[in-house]
Amino acid sequence: MNEILQENKLTAFIHNLSPTSLKFPEELLQSAAISLLTNDFPTTRKEAWKYTRVGRIAAIKAPTKIENSTTPNPVTIDSNALTFVFENGEFLPQISSATIPEGISIKPLSLCDTEELSQIGKLATVEGEIFTAMNVAHANDGLFIKISDHTLLEQSIQITHIVSGENNVSNFRNYIHAGKFSKAHIIQGFFSQNAKNCFSNVVTEVVTGENAFLTIDKIQYEEMGNFHVATEEVQQEKDSTFTINTLTLNGTLVRNNLNIGVNGMNCTTNLNGIYLLKENQHVDNHTIVDHCAPNCESHELYKGVMDDSSTAVFNGKVFVRKDSQKINAFQSNANVLLSDSATINSKPELEIYADDVKCSHGSTTGQLDDEAIFYLRARGISEKSARHLMVSAFIGDVLGKIENEKVLEFTHSILKDRFDWEF
Amino acid sequence: MIKITNLHASIDGKEILKGLNLEVKAGEVHAIMGPNGAGKSTLASVLAGREAYEVTEGSIEFDGKDLLELDTEDRAREGLFLAFQYPIEIPGVSNVNFLRTALNEIREYKGEEQISAKDFMAMVREKSALVELDAKLASRSVNEGFSGGEKKRNEIFQMAMLEPKLAILDETDSGLDIDALRIVAKGVNTLKSSENATIVITHYQRLLDYIVPDFVHVLYDGKIVKTGTKDLALELEERGYDWIKAEVEAK
Repeated sequence: MNEILQENKLTAFIHNLSPTSLKFPEELLQSAAISLLTNDFPTTRKEAWKYTRVGRIAAIKAPTKIENSTTPNPVTIDSNALTFVFENGEFLPQISSATIPEGISIKPLSLCDTEELSQIGKLATVEGEIFTAMNVAHANDGLFIKISDHTLLEQSIQITHIVSGENNVSNFRNYIHAGKFSKAHIIQGFFSQNAKNCFSNVVTEVVTGENAFLTIDKIQYEEMGNFHVATEEVQQEKDSTFTINTLTLNGTLVRNNLNIGVNGMNCTTNLNGIYLLKENQHVDNHTIVDHCAPNCESHELYKGVMDDSSTAVFNGKVFVRKDSQKINAFQSNANVLLSDSATINSKPELEIYADDVKCSHGSTTGQLDDEAIFYLRARGISEKSARHLMVSAFIGDVLGKIENEKVLEFTHSILKDRFDWEF
Repeated sequence: MIKITNLHASIDGKEILKGLNLEVKAGEVHAIMGPNGAGKSTLASVLAGREAYEVTEGSIEFDGKDLLELDTEDRAREGLFLAFQYPIEIPGVSNVNFLRTALNEIREYKGEEQISAKDFMAMVREKSALVELDAKLASRSVNEGFSGGEKKRNEIFQMAMLEPKLAILDETDSGLDIDALRIVAKGVNTLKSSENATIVITHYQRLLDYIVPDFVHVLYDGKIVKTGTKDLALELEERGYDWIKAEVEAK
């Protein structure tokens, strides 16, 4: 057992956070507590955090009580969706959907019974992981979604999380279970309103049952000056298809840990991501696809555009276990640097233990093609517009992976607002 | 329309244009021929404003304005069009999107109204027919997957869309078979008017059977050393460039 560390950055940090009032399984709460007592915030000496400094998060002194003043603007991506809005981790029923259709159970964790909450924590390890441990021990609230077997959900589900105020820390926890033969689409939107120096610590556990078809579109758009760490732990059962599109469009520091365990045969896994950075923003995408069963395929495409002195990290791991034969695993990371001081650290990793597989990985980093820019300018297009056209072209194929029109429209509107890019 | 006086231009410290003089008036077609390395492509690049080339001496007056003071995009907006020798592929940027952006930026520059989507598409249909370019190609990415002939026809299609005052065709005929050549020439001839002018840079006389020049100039060792009519082109075709070189050396 690790020795309990003296007062360190982590203990000082969580000192200001209220313990969770959610009725998580006792064992889970204890493991989380122990993890928090025996670990500290990661330093850059830890491989997984080599390029991402969490000092500014550690330095946040959360207020004793979060003051959520007036009801925030809900940020609608799909007006037809079943919408659930949270502010600083707290559920806002007054601006959330009240009627839930047949075949699905959606409720905030604060309204779940112990049986439902017993599902929490099975996928997201707390040992040695301070962010998942903190998310349990100090959980504010989150959404519990259980889609019954054979349910084809027409409406999308939108989970909106808004941070507001100063120095607020939100520990936001979600659980999504897609039953056998079910089909659903979930939008996760992370926004901020007048927020400064806030920290969102999000953990989402997902299970896709046999033959389930689940798509998650995640948009990270918290203002500069705020921090975000997200962990997704996904478990796929056989014949299921899971797609997650991660669009990181704002925020001073965003770290995404996306871990997918493909545990059944004939699964399809799609991970797509876009990160567009300016000024001194930092985005770190760590992904793991673990092929534990044969006859599966995974497709990963992440693209980044970095301007000014922004920095990005891409670390994509694909594991193919010993008896996972006939796996097609493709991974690609492409980056465009728009300035001399932008930086990308890209590390694709393939660990293959089976011998009848088709796997590839690729990472490119470059600048915009000068010849192409000249050609566009020679037709009367300003250099600025030419660069915009080229960047839009660059991220075009990833945007093309977003099937949901509402999400795509919303994304286009952000790109217009934030980068002045027209599509 | 354009008056080039004593133009000297270098790249990487090497002087390519060594005092080039050329004057083209509205309504005229000028052909520029010359052996390889004479500076034909350099001239096209300098006119378009490629930053790799340094103009060390001389002036270029275009439609009453000092061309050398203008950025590449402003030169295009003032009505200068370069049909590239090697048109580049730009995957992901659609022909249509790119042209509409160009057209609207040119209009904005001139203080004119933006073109509506409907008018723009009508224009695309009309102009693409001019160079027998399938309208479907118009919605594809710029030059992506285009054959050599299609790329050159795409250049003329763009010229038709942008309606420039001065078109510089940089070896537009290189790599074209006779049919493609005819289509390109037909396009250029249809666009010719008494208000605009064309400079045809070419290595081969063949194109000039279709795009008939008013003047033919020989560019040799960075200067225009001889000017004649279209008969000069025929003479060059028969005799090559050696006699020109001899003439120049004799002087």
